Amino acid sequence: MNKELFIFCLRLADNCLILAHRQSELCSKSPFLEEDIAQTNFGLDLLGQAEAIYNFAVEIEGNINTPDDLVYKRNERSFYNFILSEQPNTNFAFVVIRQYFMSVYLKIIYTTLSNIKDSKLSGISLKALKELDYQINHFELWIKRLGLGTKESKEKIQNAINELWIFTGELFERDNLDLNMEKNGYLLNSNLFYKKWINFINDIFNESNLNIPKDAYMVTGSKNGIHSEYMGFILTEMQFLQRTFPDAKW
Amino acid sequence: MSNKKNDLGELWEVFIQSKNGLPYKHVGSVYAHDKEFAIHNARDLYNRRNEGSSIWIVKSSQIVAVDLDTSDYIINNSDDKIYRNPTFYNIPDEIKNL
Amino acid sequence: MVKKNINYKFQKRIDNNIKIEPRDDMPEGYRAHLIRQISQHAHSEVIGMQPEANWITRAPSLRSKKILLAKVQDEAGHGLYLYSAAETLGASRSDLIKKLHLKEAKYASIFNYPALTWSDIGAIGWLVDGAAITNQVSLQKTSYGPYSRAMIKICKEESFHQRQGFEIMIKMSHGTKEQKQMAQDSLNRFWWPSLMMFGPHDSDSTRSERAINWKIKRESNDFLRQKFIDKTVPQADFLGLTIPDQKLKWNKKRNSYDFGEINWNEFWRVVNGGGPCNQKRINHHINAHKDGEWVRKALIKYSEKYVK
Repeated sequence: MNKELFIFCLRLADNCLILAHRQSELCSKSPFLEEDIAQTNFGLDLLGQAEAIYNFAVEIEGNINTPDDLVYKRNERSFYNFILSEQPNTNFAFVVIRQYFMSVYLKIIYTTLSNIKDSKLSGISLKALKELDYQINHFELWIKRLGLGTKESKEKIQNAINELWIFTGELFERDNLDLNMEKNGYLLNSNLFYKKWINFINDIFNESNLNIPKDAYMVTGSKNGIHSEYMGFILTEMQFLQRTFPDAKW
Repeated sequence: MSNKKNDLGELWEVFIQSKNGLPYKHVGSVYAHDKEFAIHNARDLYNRRNEGSSIWIVKSSQIVAVDLDTSDYIINNSDDKIYRNPTFYNIPDEIKNL
Repeated sequence: MVKKNINYKFQKRIDNNIKIEPRDDMPEGYRAHLIRQISQHAHSEVIGMQPEANWITRAPSLRSKKILLAKVQDEAGHGLYLYSAAETLGASRSDLIKKLHLKEAKYASIFNYPALTWSDIGAIGWLVDGAAITNQVSLQKTSYGPYSRAMIKICKEESFHQRQGFEIMIKMSHGTKEQKQMAQDSLNRFWWPSLMMFGPHDSDSTRSERAINWKIKRESNDFLRQKFIDKTVPQADFLGLTIPDQKLKWNKKRNSYDFGEINWNEFWRVVNGGGPCNQKRINHHINAHKDGEWVRKALIKYSEKYVK
């Protein structure tokens, strides 16, 4: 099996899964019903993306039976989602900013993957891109309205940006695995990802009268399976039935 | 029917075209503060199962309806004009494609 | 005299099965009854999201997680269809929600029971949605146009909801010993509250007769309850589970099941606020509403400043 491709897929799919987990926590808690439906939609989109990529990963790996095994039977240190993805729904502004930062990142990586030779992965990416365009559009509507709305909403969204900023450095780290993936044609110009990403952020923040925080310390670790304290609780909740009743079929 | 703005915005009527080429059909309403979110809300509420190929939204307050008092003479105006219906005409059976 | 005339003409339309539309003349009692019933129905969809949403993050497979998330999302959608239908009668959603928070409006009491295990999610889909669908199918023919159209749409979309629940029940009741116990336990806890969903006996239902005359309601509480029992008992047999009613017995003459008496004390107690989760459900809704207030205010401010 191609061990590096397998891990590469997990990194992508884990982000989708954990973001979907946070999105599904919002169900029945949104500021109004229409937005509840929108947020759960994003959860469903992300779950679908995670499942498709896990399926692909299962095929590469050969010894794992189903995507469920990857979701329910791995330990914390074997998950590779960014620490940003697991940050909680502190308030609606945190949801908007976390999802926006991640959506733009996912759009960039899916755009690259939609052009690779591997037709399965490029097919998954093409489908996901449509969903992400809508998400990005939706969250840009929100950033603008919260940024230019009331004094309180501006404070809240700027605060969410400031607090989440330290988790964005990870998105553009490139380790040996990434460089090898680039050599093998799975990534293309990944050194330009940050530039593409920050252009999106700059544009919408300028329009919304919001500021990018000054460069500061950036948290790192998830590419090696090191997470924030939130991750353990997410997995505890997500995996509890499978772990409590290991013989059961669901 | 309340067209006043409240904390949910104002009411918009939603029309969905189920397939390209077909007429737009009224499916319900949504609240929104602006047209961008009205489209998003309409899409999320009325197109969860890909029911449509296109969406129109219009502010409910902008819809003009026939007044109930006058509906009798505005709507029921062709009771006696049955010659507008094709079955009014006697055509010999042997004539086809007419 | 004029009022009497309206009522007479109105009843004639109803008797001729002509649907009533928002701008038509209607007796105030008809309007008030509908607003109360439709909003109660809408609140039920929305409050009903809570016990299920509570399990999405714990769903034991990707498949069941996706289905449950889509199902709860549908419920939000159905709440909106119904609020929309109530709006056509001159009610506003904000006011209806205020009444819910003040406990002046009711919702289906079943949601005041907790969802404690994964098989409760199965039982909710199978029994609670099953009971709701029995009622909703009959409401597709209700006399008020927008309500009837909402019901038709909802029934069409809900056809997968009950199957989702039954599928979980099959897996649980045919699974390990522990799973089977969980399934039986869920049936034990949800059976009677599901029967209560149809409301009091026809003889004790104060508003029932008027609603039937106006064709807002098309079938009586007891008729629908019997219909639900008759179709559900064989399903429980298939699952190999025992319905917790010793008086349950097939009656050849009636071609229906006889069943025991519902605990009406419990019914009225829960309706009037004394269930295990009444306060929790309302608090959850109030908190979400409060947490979202600054967001809604931002939208108002933005539209004042920037939307022409």
